[in-house]
Amino acid sequence: MIRSEPQSEYYAPRHPEVWQRHTPIQKLIHWLWLVGTAIAAVWAVSSLDIEWSFLADAHEQAADIATRMWPPRWSYFPEIIQPLIQTVHIATLGTMAAVALALPVAFLAARNTTANSLTWAIGRGILVASRSINTVIWGLLFVAIFGPGAVAGVFAVAARSVGFIAKLIAETIEEVDGGQIEAARATGAGTLQIWWVAILPQALPVLIGTSIYRWDINVRESSVLGFVGAGGIGLYLYASINSFAWQQVLMILIAIGVIVLASEALSAWVRGKIT
Amino acid sequence: MTYPSDWRAPSMLGSPGRRMALLAVLAAYLVWAIGSLEIDWDRMVRGLPRALDIFSRMMPPDVGDRWPLLWRGMIESIQMAIGSTLIGMALAIPLGLAASRNLAPRPIYLFARGLIVVGRTFHEVLIAIFFVKLFGFGPVAGLITLAFASATFLGKMLAEDIENIQPGPVEAIRSTGASFLQIVAHAVAPQVIVKTLGVLIYRLDANLRHSTVVGIVGAGGIGATLSSSFSRYDYDFAAAILLTIAALVAFGEWFSDWARRQIR
Amino acid sequence: MSSTTSGRGATAAAILEVRDLDKTYPTGQRALIQAHLTVDAPQVIAIIGSSGAGKSTFIRCINRLVEPSRGSVRLHGLELTQLDRRGLRDARRRIGMIFQEFNLVQRLTVMQNVLCGRLGTVGLWQTLRWRFPPEDIRSAFELLDRVGLSGYPNQRADALSGGQRQRVGIARALMQQPELLLVDEPTASLDPKTSRQIMRLIRELAVERSTPALVNIHDVALARAFADRIIAFKAGELVFDGAPADLTDDALTLIYGAEDWTLGQRSAGAEEGEA
Repeated sequence: MIRSEPQSEYYAPRHPEVWQRHTPIQKLIHWLWLVGTAIAAVWAVSSLDIEWSFLADAHEQAADIATRMWPPRWSYFPEIIQPLIQTVHIATLGTMAAVALALPVAFLAARNTTANSLTWAIGRGILVASRSINTVIWGLLFVAIFGPGAVAGVFAVAARSVGFIAKLIAETIEEVDGGQIEAARATGAGTLQIWWVAILPQALPVLIGTSIYRWDINVRESSVLGFVGAGGIGLYLYASINSFAWQQVLMILIAIGVIVLASEALSAWVRGKIT
Repeated sequence: MTYPSDWRAPSMLGSPGRRMALLAVLAAYLVWAIGSLEIDWDRMVRGLPRALDIFSRMMPPDVGDRWPLLWRGMIESIQMAIGSTLIGMALAIPLGLAASRNLAPRPIYLFARGLIVVGRTFHEVLIAIFFVKLFGFGPVAGLITLAFASATFLGKMLAEDIENIQPGPVEAIRSTGASFLQIVAHAVAPQVIVKTLGVLIYRLDANLRHSTVVGIVGAGGIGATLSSSFSRYDYDFAAAILLTIAALVAFGEWFSDWARRQIR
Repeated sequence: MSSTTSGRGATAAAILEVRDLDKTYPTGQRALIQAHLTVDAPQVIAIIGSSGAGKSTFIRCINRLVEPSRGSVRLHGLELTQLDRRGLRDARRRIGMIFQEFNLVQRLTVMQNVLCGRLGTVGLWQTLRWRFPPEDIRSAFELLDRVGLSGYPNQRADALSGGQRQRVGIARALMQQPELLLVDEPTASLDPKTSRQIMRLIRELAVERSTPALVNIHDVALARAFADRIIAFKAGELVFDGAPADLTDDALTLIYGAEDWTLGQRSAGAEEGEA
């Protein structure tokens, strides 16, 4: 019997005839994800009571509001200067407080500088708690504790920002070359000296950049803290909306837009200069 | 040979004079800012026992018979997060196309970019208020708010990607003699799909966070439950809700990290 | 290389005495098995052996950067293995260490890195403000001059070449005015010519200051050229301790396994010729 296949087939390793990018199992997993997402999507929107009547005339309503807003009530501006400044103060003071707290928390939450598993867990716990609760919700809490006013706002901003900043600093601390730390240990230096000399030079620039970045996010957050009574321009905005003073509303929105955009620009400029 | 015996460490802030000046500015700012907060020190001191009282009433967190409220708030938030991410994604495609300088005619480009700026500049709570005015109280307003926020966020990324399309892989595939559709499928799509998936998962996590907050202005979700519990002085329930929110968001973040690692 | 008295008395304790040093890792790996070493006089001792034979562990057990499982390490009679944290820090001040990867703090300047050698002697407050006593500053400049880096005090460490960084590392170790030098593969990251320069510098400085030096080195030719005494590890055990002249090919085969050692001799001879 003459074999028609080439001799080399006996010696060459067998390769699959068809190239597929994903194995069958991977394809199955992809399918399951797709189906799961579809189910989630349907479930998400299904149980919403959509008031179709509202939807129908929503665009009319929107147009109506838009026309009522124009022109903005410029004369209202002097009244909101102080609240606007307060909004920026809340963001700034809150960020400063967060920076002061973030450094120790970061050292707690970094595996190479924390004392033991318990302190590490505490550090990580603070990070999670701080970052899981929005600034506005922190605002609710602090208004309940301190009463309405900007103090609650400052605490709220600080509470949310600590975790944000400390997490990035902790990551930087963990990434410090172990050799630098070892060398400092070998000279007989104490722990705090070692941190100052081997860790902080790397952590400090990150701290500054992160804080400035967080500050400009905080300006945006502070603009709505007033809704829960935590100070700033939010209160005036809420009041204006509820009294249908649409031209005032537009004025305030313009003002908020200006300070948010300005703080973003300032933040980007400063961070550009220090890197 | 004698060697010098004084030396100063290089300072990040420059000369000692500049450092002093910066510290002075900082101190002055603190005085100004804290002063402007109108802190009624008297009331703060009197408020301290009240604060402790509230704290003690928050512990231990207790749900009691208000489970249905908590449950519904949570479910609403999750639904809002998922729904708004998907709808936002759908809306982001036309928006992103419209906001690409190399694709869209100028007036459309400007309008789309304007929407994106609005979506990014104003806090989602602000946007929620407007949608509540338009669509009434409830999670629909919240869904649309977050969809709008997602669409502007995702649309911006899409527009940037479109504006930055890499010619390299496209040329490589083209040199094999492939058709336009093949080019899209093999050169453009792979770059885009993995990144898009990653961004979507990230946005889902962000929307989950936002969904806990928009309820405060009536746009549905667990924020509403929380807000009303505070105004009813239901502090132990409030504490329970806070823990739920923290757990929900922490889970969302963990899921987001995990999923993004899965898709590499 | 005769055993000169160090001036501390005719019956002074040995400078360094290591007895029964043992290190077993939790995985069960025995990195060091009953190592002995006595250093009576200032000398340069090269430590050779294959990778993983225990050289690095041995060096680090002396200043307890790695904790020995068992055994005794005495520095001028002081038992190092029993010291508490403060005592250990004081002891480490007396031992200078030079590292394979240089282990400089990249973002700090050369001068700052060198001054780190004195961390064990200044307080925390001075460290934070980088204020060192004038004598230390003078020594630092003098050492920089001695290692050939007098023009570089304000350069950032990461702007230097490998050889330059190692010189900074040497200066840092000598700032401690140590009674003992531990040198861990100082030339592993350097090219052959720079390696010889660095080894020569280390030897010169050790001899000038009558400081004994333990030098981990993988290059047998360099070991022979610059050491007064050679010890060798194999699989955690000390298998050789003697003069360079005694390091025959048979001894090398015992330490490293079969190899044509004459090859190494020839190239070493060539390098000596050009030096």
